[in-house]
Amino acid sequence: MISRIFDFLARRIDGPLMAALALTLALGLVVVYSASGGGSFERVGSQARNLALALCALWVFAQVHPQTLMRVALPAYLAGLALLVGVALFGDVRNGARRWLNLGFTTVQPSEIMKIAVPLAIAWYFHRHEEGPRLRDFALAGVMVAVPVALIARQPDLGTALLVFASGFYVIFLGGLSWKVLLSLAAAAGAAVPFVWPMLHDYQRQRILTLLDPMEDPLGSGYHIIQSTIAIGSGGILGKGWLNGTQAQLDFVPERSTDFILAVFGEEFGLVGIAVLCALYLLIIVRGLMIAANASTAFARLTAGAITLTFFTYAFVNMGMVSGILPVVGVPLPMVSYGGTALLSVLAGFGILMSIATHKQLVSS
Amino acid sequence: MIVGQALRDPQRELTVFRNRLMVAGVAILAAFALLLARFVWLQVVQREYYHTLAEANRISVVPVVPNRGLILDRNGTVLAANYSAYTLEITPSRVQNVDRAIDELAKVIEVSARDRRRFRKLQEESKNFESLPIRTRLTEEEVARFAVNRFRFPGFEIKARLFRSYPQGEIASHAIGYIGRINDADLKRIDAEGLGTNYKGTDHIGKLGIEGAYENELHGVTGSEQVEIDAGGRAIRSLARTEPQSGNNLVVTLDLPLQKIAEEAFGDYNGALVAIDPHNGDVLALVSRPDFDPNLFVDGIDPQNWDALNNSPDKPLNDRALRGQYPPGSTIKPFMALAALELHKRSPQFTISDPGYFTLAGVQHRYRDWKKGGHGMVDMHRAIAVSCDTYFYGLANDLGIDAIHDFLGRFGFGSPTGIDIEGELPGLVPSPEWKVQRFRQKWYAGDTVSVGIGQGYLLTTPMQLAAAVATLANGGVPVRPHLLKAVQDAKTQELHPYVPAERTDTPIVKPGNLAIVLSAMVDVTRPGGTAAQLGAGAPYSIAAKTGTAQVVGMKQGERYDEKRMKREHWDHALLIAFAPADDPKLALAILVENGQHGGSTAGPIARAVFDYFLLGKKPAKPPAPAPEGTPDQEHD
Repeated sequence: MISRIFDFLARRIDGPLMAALALTLALGLVVVYSASGGGSFERVGSQARNLALALCALWVFAQVHPQTLMRVALPAYLAGLALLVGVALFGDVRNGARRWLNLGFTTVQPSEIMKIAVPLAIAWYFHRHEEGPRLRDFALAGVMVAVPVALIARQPDLGTALLVFASGFYVIFLGGLSWKVLLSLAAAAGAAVPFVWPMLHDYQRQRILTLLDPMEDPLGSGYHIIQSTIAIGSGGILGKGWLNGTQAQLDFVPERSTDFILAVFGEEFGLVGIAVLCALYLLIIVRGLMIAANASTAFARLTAGAITLTFFTYAFVNMGMVSGILPVVGVPLPMVSYGGTALLSVLAGFGILMSIATHKQLVSS
Repeated sequence: MIVGQALRDPQRELTVFRNRLMVAGVAILAAFALLLARFVWLQVVQREYYHTLAEANRISVVPVVPNRGLILDRNGTVLAANYSAYTLEITPSRVQNVDRAIDELAKVIEVSARDRRRFRKLQEESKNFESLPIRTRLTEEEVARFAVNRFRFPGFEIKARLFRSYPQGEIASHAIGYIGRINDADLKRIDAEGLGTNYKGTDHIGKLGIEGAYENELHGVTGSEQVEIDAGGRAIRSLARTEPQSGNNLVVTLDLPLQKIAEEAFGDYNGALVAIDPHNGDVLALVSRPDFDPNLFVDGIDPQNWDALNNSPDKPLNDRALRGQYPPGSTIKPFMALAALELHKRSPQFTISDPGYFTLAGVQHRYRDWKKGGHGMVDMHRAIAVSCDTYFYGLANDLGIDAIHDFLGRFGFGSPTGIDIEGELPGLVPSPEWKVQRFRQKWYAGDTVSVGIGQGYLLTTPMQLAAAVATLANGGVPVRPHLLKAVQDAKTQELHPYVPAERTDTPIVKPGNLAIVLSAMVDVTRPGGTAAQLGAGAPYSIAAKTGTAQVVGMKQGERYDEKRMKREHWDHALLIAFAPADDPKLALAILVENGQHGGSTAGPIARAVFDYFLLGKKPAKPPAPAPEGTPDQEHD
């Protein structure tokens, strides 16, 4: 009986990937407990509920056949786009940003949907051209990325816009857009910086300037970076021990349970802890790339590759920002930061990855 | 063909895809290598630097304010004490709209109009980031009620603080002084003395009297505590603590019961009294009437009380004993007589026939005696006993102003007595040089004549008179008055008695000359003397001299008529005395403003003080002398 339940639950679950995810998620709960001050299970409990929901999503997506996903890719993308337009027109403003849409029965953040819908839609589009996408197709794919990214960036939500852009770009990159075009696009983007700079919000510009010189405004915009690097640096090789980080526990690290949770982790667990976390992330990414490489259809491998690379981007941008080598953009540390939305979209993505990993035999047969 | 192409293209696409994955994989490895390098840099190479920063972040050294020393009277009665109370304080810089926040606060705990006024005054006087009390002495219930609503009041904080209290209220307020909030002038002085560190955390300082003069003894040594703080600056726990060292307790020379009796004896009169132990200079009572309640100053005086004290015509904040400069009137006569004896300008037997006035050779002006028609035949003894002006006009004229200036200077007139609290004024013993400098006028012989009876330019403080009469009582050995009796070391509880700065046992006058003057002063309090009332029925003998200081000048030929004058223009009454005359235990100087006659208004005050001090007798009722001033023989 019990083994049958286990079999049911383990259906279409990729063992190695699941093991790495489970370890990371467990580690995340441990850090969230510390980052919420210790002594209270309130945050951890609520994060556990988020996690349960996200794991359900993972399991459900793992059961869905990639063929089915491919069918819903375009409708999902169009629906997401419609919601984004709705946000721009009727969205709720919270903390100075228009990101939420009230649907009457619930509020949604359509930009999160796009993190999955964009790569799915582009992968679907490329898949239709079995002979391989041509330059015209890449151009259209570029538009499919640019429109939602622009809408999200306008909310403004630079972090999510960046991730949505990355997810779409990775499909294009993996789809084989020639190096010549990629390099000239990169050159054009570099040349565009002076024109984009004045279009940024003040706070966005400030974040980039702060990265270059955090001490310029130590109590204002530089405070986050200064305090988080102090936390990480003072942790040393072995860390100060769980619940013993002075920077974290005495509230010097801002947003310590969400975007800056790595500072808490680095302070309490030191370089060793960070190395372990990086190793887990690498394991997940390597497994994801393996699934992508072995996927049977163009849609499946493009989707799997994009999801894996987007996950990497998540981790890299957050770690870079907290350690002070990237500007502060609102990107959480995947599977560690407190918060349900990001967890849901990340684990749903891994659900798709597992579906791709376990459905390939059926397709080839 | 078609099939072949369809097969070849996906193959090519797969190759491209796998190549791209390889590129991505390499990029990912490079990115993680970059991250790891960054963490190695932060956590290994720079670890010490960030460790120091983290410690500096979390550890704050806060001062621990010592308990201020107590002030006790010579019998051990507490004159100034500390009590601990809760205050509610506001840091204005952390509050957006202070007035509105206080309105809100008033809904939670009581905030009176006086509290608001006082807070506003403090706010004007201090910097914005200082924590200022809006309410003091909160009850436990108020503390609890605020605590519940605390989240609504950022920038508000309940603090447990030590407060100064003066349990005796107005009694001896000028001598004890008071503490007040440290102002800019205090800060400069503290920094100049290099005490800045010791005053970290202290926000009150002794301002006047003993509190001011012995600030360094009373304050103690500030301790420190290393506390762990969070990002909001709240203390989480103590890491290390250096205990503060309480200030030393001070035992002062005042005798509280005597002080009370002296103050009550003044009744409605304003004035001053200084009572000194002639053997050692202990000031047993130091009265300046009216006085004030020093408790008003402790947590910041509100503008209304401040104006009331400051603008009152009675000037309660003015310490008349140390800062009131009055003509000594006839109380100067014993010293004039001594000067004449010492300088051989008069013998005790030298007698004049007093016509009731004195004239200088070749000048019309008559210097009148207070008694119309004069006192008849007057020698030195009688001149003192009946306070004959004519005798002293001539005596002063014969001495000359230079000799008078030097001799009075030996008794301490014209310079501060050096009593150990601040603010003392020097009085004035005039000299020709002084007059030239002050008025650009030469000195006239007539100026000397006026000085002979304690009028003219001569000014003394009650403290100077007390020190001078104590010197007479002490066999001519100068007495330096002081208020500190002993310092009780806070650590060892040992008493360290006051050591006078300089001490001499050498009399400044010949004992024989002194005896002549003292015997006359005893007769002042005997029937026929100007203060016969004072001595009447006393089982001990009293040596005294009365005096009158004019408040408004009289024109030639004009007579003093109290009934036609405003009360504030009435003469001041003075009295110097000591008792018992043959074994002096207490010397007094008394000034009664607008008291008119030394014998009738100052006399009963002196008697009440002597009776209590020598006999332990308390006055049956406050002997409030009749303000109307009974007309009697002893005008002066």
